[in-house]
Amino acid sequence: MKLGFSPEEEAFRAEAAAWLKAELEGPFADVRGLTSLTEMPERRRDWERRLGEAGWSCVGWPKAYGGRDATLAEQVIFAEEYARAGAPPRLNHIGIELAGPTILAFGTDEQKARFLPAIARGEEIWCQGYSEPGAGSDLANVRTRAWREGDEWVIEGQKVWTSLAQFSDWIFVIARTEEGSKGPKGLSFLLVPVDQSGVTVRPIHQITGEAEFNETFFDGARTDAANILGAPGDGWTVAMGLLGFERGVSTLAQQMGFRNELDAVIAAARANGEAKNPLIRQRIARAEIGLKLMRYGALRMLTDAEGGRLNPSALTYKIQWATWRRDLGELAMDVLGQAGETVAGHEYAFPALPNLFLYSRADTIYGGTNEIQRNIIAERALGLPREPRGDLK
Amino acid sequence: MHFAFTDEQAMIAETAKTFFAENATSERTRAAMADTGVDKALWQAFTGDLGLAGVAIPEALGGVGLGMVELAIFAEEAGGHTAALPLLASLGLAAPAILAGGTDEQKARLLPRLASGELVASFAAVNMGGTPGAALSDETLTGAALLVPHGASADLFVVAADNGVAIVERGALGFGITPLTSMDQTRPYARLDFGGVAVETLADPRAAVRAALTTGWLAIAADALGGAQACLDRTVAYTQERIQFGRSIGSFQAVKHRLADMMVAIEQARSAVYWAACAIDERSDEAAFAVHAAKAFACDTYTHCAGEMIQLHGGIGFTWEHDAHLYFKRARSNASLLGTPDWHREQVAGLAGLDEAA
Repeated sequence: MKLGFSPEEEAFRAEAAAWLKAELEGPFADVRGLTSLTEMPERRRDWERRLGEAGWSCVGWPKAYGGRDATLAEQVIFAEEYARAGAPPRLNHIGIELAGPTILAFGTDEQKARFLPAIARGEEIWCQGYSEPGAGSDLANVRTRAWREGDEWVIEGQKVWTSLAQFSDWIFVIARTEEGSKGPKGLSFLLVPVDQSGVTVRPIHQITGEAEFNETFFDGARTDAANILGAPGDGWTVAMGLLGFERGVSTLAQQMGFRNELDAVIAAARANGEAKNPLIRQRIARAEIGLKLMRYGALRMLTDAEGGRLNPSALTYKIQWATWRRDLGELAMDVLGQAGETVAGHEYAFPALPNLFLYSRADTIYGGTNEIQRNIIAERALGLPREPRGDLK
Repeated sequence: MHFAFTDEQAMIAETAKTFFAENATSERTRAAMADTGVDKALWQAFTGDLGLAGVAIPEALGGVGLGMVELAIFAEEAGGHTAALPLLASLGLAAPAILAGGTDEQKARLLPRLASGELVASFAAVNMGGTPGAALSDETLTGAALLVPHGASADLFVVAADNGVAIVERGALGFGITPLTSMDQTRPYARLDFGGVAVETLADPRAAVRAALTTGWLAIAADALGGAQACLDRTVAYTQERIQFGRSIGSFQAVKHRLADMMVAIEQARSAVYWAACAIDERSDEAAFAVHAAKAFACDTYTHCAGEMIQLHGGIGFTWEHDAHLYFKRARSNASLLGTPDWHREQVAGLAGLDEAA
């Protein structure tokens, strides 16, 4: 076991840090420190392209597809330096963290050559079409249908909670391609261009007052017959393979964002004297410890993954961070007191910490609710019996 | 950066797991509980046959010359079986105190005998859970220390007095040891009374106390991790066997979700323990933070898991016959010993900069 980094790795750190500093204090100073995913989308696209040009977009990917062939330690270092430099959340995080790795794992050589470099260069932004009004926790209950017509797939149905669809060029969709099939059988994983008349994106206003998520309607939408990952009917396997990628190195970058949020809570507590309140001190200490344990948990998972082992503790990560962040939102409001419940002006738009209190209620729902996570942990990691299915429609 | 066991560490873990599973049986632990809280044959085997007891003591001083990660591995496996051994007292507290604060002569004289198990030592921190206090004056020690772990079984005591650290031998004139009936019988406490006892002192008392506490906190956290994991493993097995309403009770979400929560906490505790072990070994700036975090988090996790073990076993978990209470009581003792989780979190709050000006 070793936590430290080698001199070569530290040299890599210095190189990454210097590049980020030059960009974010120079031409991209305007996006430095942004935290929202939706602000300044055009500049965020420019930033994606700049990262791509300089080879800093997808550092862990093979060079042949626009990556840097970075080792695990280098990926960890880059994630840390990226956040430390105040670089903004990635507009294309779904492309980089989900679509790309899935195409790498399940795509043909043609598909890899077609899609991966465009993601790495920041030219094509992706979103995810999984959930539907009737397929939330029970994700396999997908009703969106697709069928072949000539050299194309035609898609009909509705997806929901498609975050960032308003900025996306492509969406990956699980659709039912075998008529009459049920559950995880008969599904296919399709890659569909967003900019076409058969696709309509409608924003969902959420409890924060913002609209980061969307409903996406497919009304005779079309994609080339070649744009399917895996064989027709294998969509569930591909989609479940993708769930594993949701816990990659990106978790470390996400944690640096959490670090900034916790620092803001601490700053607020120092400013208004709550930092002296022993009960608040206990809760801040819990948050500090929880954040460190996320980091070291991620390093354990990543080390094992690099050695080709799946650490079952990876299954505990989602509930861990989601619950941590929800608790932090509540702590933030207890530190701020009533002052956190109002905002100047007429617009219903709260500053970062009260917004965190509201937004973090989504964290324990999307990507598998805490309850679904507990089922997954109990069944897959602990070997307890599967939940029986009911038969209500 | 490689946050997983090396091949050598994985081998040590496997050896430790097998050793404790075969030797630290419930039957033997219970026999020790009814006696002095030490399974003497197990101690002999651990220190003698296995030869890895002095894992964190340098080779030149009779140890194995490894580090905190390896010490944590042994403490974790011992905790998994609530082994009745003076592991914490002798090797987790007294040995590091002597190693860090003793003179070369003291180290050469005492540490090989601790590593070989020939001597059992304990450590008394008079200011932690132990008013009334003890003070040194001209190489004599006067006062008392309460709640000394495995105190009634130790031959030698490292006593952190108000103004120095003393080494006291069992049988010294004016030295009284009173065994205390303790809730956790696998690590019973004793009261020590010093009536002007002639002692020798350690050269660097501050270093001795710091090393003892740091290593002791880590060893307790690792013990708690192993205990919590055993609570989960045993409870998972039981809920799969136990049938009610025509189903195994482990198929109910009300039960499954509680077991899942145990695992979520345990995996964090595992990260905490081995992070702290590495941070100490690598002399990282984070070491103090890490070890407080590990002690607080792992002990809370153990308390939670041992409580859940009783609840999810139902009535059988409340019987003396079942091992659940061994874990539940050791969890309680781990939480109290050398600073409660709240106290350790308060240290973290200080390290996190809450006391700096706004």
